[in-house]
Amino acid sequence: MLFSISWRNVWRNKLRSAVIIIAIALGICAGVFSSAFYKGMADQRIDKAIKTEISHIQVHRPKFRQANDISQFIPEADELAARIGEIPEVSGVSSRIIIFSMASSAETASGVKISGVMPGEESKVTNLHTKLIEGNYFEEERRNPIIVGWKLAEKLNVKMGSKIVLTLQDIDNNIVAGAFRIIGIFNTANGIYDESNVFVKHEDLRRLMELPDHSAHELAILVEDNELIRETQEKIQTLTGNLEVLSWTELSPEMNYLNEAMDLFMYIFIIIILFALLFGIINTMLMVVLERIKEIGMLMAIGMNRLRVFMMIVLESIFLSLTGGVIGVLMGGGISIYFETNRIDLSMWGEVYQDLGYDPYVYTSLEFSLLVNVTILVIITGIIASLYPAYKALKNDPADALRIE
Amino acid sequence: MSVIEIKNLYKIYDGSEVEVRAVNGINLNIEEGEFTAIVGPSGSGKTTFLNLVGGLDKPTDGKVFVDGIDVWSLKSRKLIDFRLHNIGFVFQSYNLIPVLTAKENVEFIMQLQGWSRKDRIKRTGDLLKAVGLADRMDSRPAKLSGGQQQRVAVARALASKPKFVLADEPTANLDSKSTENLLDIMEKLNQEEKITFIFSTHDARVIKKARRVITIEDGRILKDETK
Ligand SMILES: Nc1ncnc2c1ncn2[C@@H]1O[C@H](COP(=O)(O)OP(=O)(O)OP(=O)(O)O)[C@@H](O)[C@H]1O
Ligand SMILES: [Mg+2]
Repeated sequence: MLFSISWRNVWRNKLRSAVIIIAIALGICAGVFSSAFYKGMADQRIDKAIKTEISHIQVHRPKFRQANDISQFIPEADELAARIGEIPEVSGVSSRIIIFSMASSAETASGVKISGVMPGEESKVTNLHTKLIEGNYFEEERRNPIIVGWKLAEKLNVKMGSKIVLTLQDIDNNIVAGAFRIIGIFNTANGIYDESNVFVKHEDLRRLMELPDHSAHELAILVEDNELIRETQEKIQTLTGNLEVLSWTELSPEMNYLNEAMDLFMYIFIIIILFALLFGIINTMLMVVLERIKEIGMLMAIGMNRLRVFMMIVLESIFLSLTGGVIGVLMGGGISIYFETNRIDLSMWGEVYQDLGYDPYVYTSLEFSLLVNVTILVIITGIIASLYPAYKALKNDPADALRIE
Repeated sequence: MSVIEIKNLYKIYDGSEVEVRAVNGINLNIEEGEFTAIVGPSGSGKTTFLNLVGGLDKPTDGKVFVDGIDVWSLKSRKLIDFRLHNIGFVFQSYNLIPVLTAKENVEFIMQLQGWSRKDRIKRTGDLLKAVGLADRMDSRPAKLSGGQQQRVAVARALASKPKFVLADEPTANLDSKSTENLLDIMEKLNQEEKITFIFSTHDARVIKKARRVITIEDGRILKDETK
């Protein structure tokens, strides 16, 4: 009966309760939606990095990554790639030759990362082939084709069909140069990436650098499902012996950090909102206790013990908060679910975001656990808010309370 | 043994200017089955006296025994339970929980005592019938007249099967018809169920119904008459 007394007490002063409930609902709604929004943004950023660049797992010689030392190549990379490809969870393996070097046009030059890829394999691992705004993805049988980002093309002042020269070191430390013709221009909506990456064919780059047949610096592997990355990583490690096998969280710790920081940030944000609401709830509950002094005195007089009086106030505060919280969670959750499939257009502010690798369109990403945790936080807030008012109620002396006219 | 034994009871309020001897040395025994009125002018100490007897207000000196138990030797937590199980209270007003119906108000005290649902429902029905409110069981207090509310309060006071019922001016807010009605019900419960009632009043018609009338003035017993 304590539950129903507390619940009905919430609705005794409908207007006052409604005001605080609406405040809580709006606060929670804003908190849930913002969380889903930023989570969506971070997820998209990570997803994009994985899909256009990192992939899920990469294999290198242990010393390659320290200084991108081109002599640290995997000699029988083709065979290893084939064996990794046989692991059922693996949906694609691409072997890459990588060198950081200089690309120059007739007018100017720019530092770039050159990736030598096998187009068929690479497109199973990354989605760069879908990001072309001009030309095609190594479809023509031409000599020395190259695909560049739109931003680099702009910087070098080149266009489709233009020639650019890649100047690089071969395996014997000789400076060599090769002329490449632009057959495609991509736009990944990540400005920095689009300015500093070019793609050529695996065999063209290998020949230029005089690397041995079947060798590569990097194997990039895509796994069927995010959840399977860890176990697949272990399977690959057993195949590759002393090569370094790293997942995307290890390859790009800043991406993983982004993910975790976003979670933390979301909760801090929501806790700040709840903290502000806390004072509103305390105020309401104090008014409740004050105007019911006589009633509480009567209840204590007829034999309702302190624990029950305490519980009655705490429950009322929980019900009050939870009503607002549930409405807020439903509203915020509903809006967030809607924007999971309906994009939010940020292109008016797009420039800045895009240079940092964020999409101009955001789809929210709502985690069910967020809703559960927010609800729990609301309950905790309700309990905290009730402590002082409940203490006030208990300090009531029944004989004095009953004398109040 | 008397249900209530009161020995040398004092309640002295130390005001800033004068001390008020609200109860000033009362000795009294109440037997089971009594129907007793405490009367006296305003400020004579009736409420204070009933609060001391009911375990609501701590005496400055003296003792109150209920069935041989020294009420004011109990720790405050025990005292609340003691009130719950031994004393029925009817106050002048604010007797009922506004958000509960008449039925729920009566049931509530039995729930505090830990009765089973079945027993609660049965006794609630019986008691509300006894106070003539069988047809208003599902009304909330706000929908009941003052007299009806006081009758629910009497039913609630009896629900816990107390050793006696203390009623501080139960009819003060009632019109004469409701007053008579409430007193008739109390009298009937006293005669048929042997419920011990102690009530304060300054209403002559109420005093007339009492079988024992204790008159107090300035915190002392002036007269103690049994009809
Ligand atoms: N908390 C208190 N502090 C100081 N004096 C008090 C307090 N409570 C009661 N008194 C005083 O004690 C005396 C007795 O008061 P009490 O309320 O018991 O009288 P009463 O007979 O019930 O009066 P009434 O018929 O008006 O209800 C009064 O003089 C009153 O002013
Ligand atoms: Mg009084």
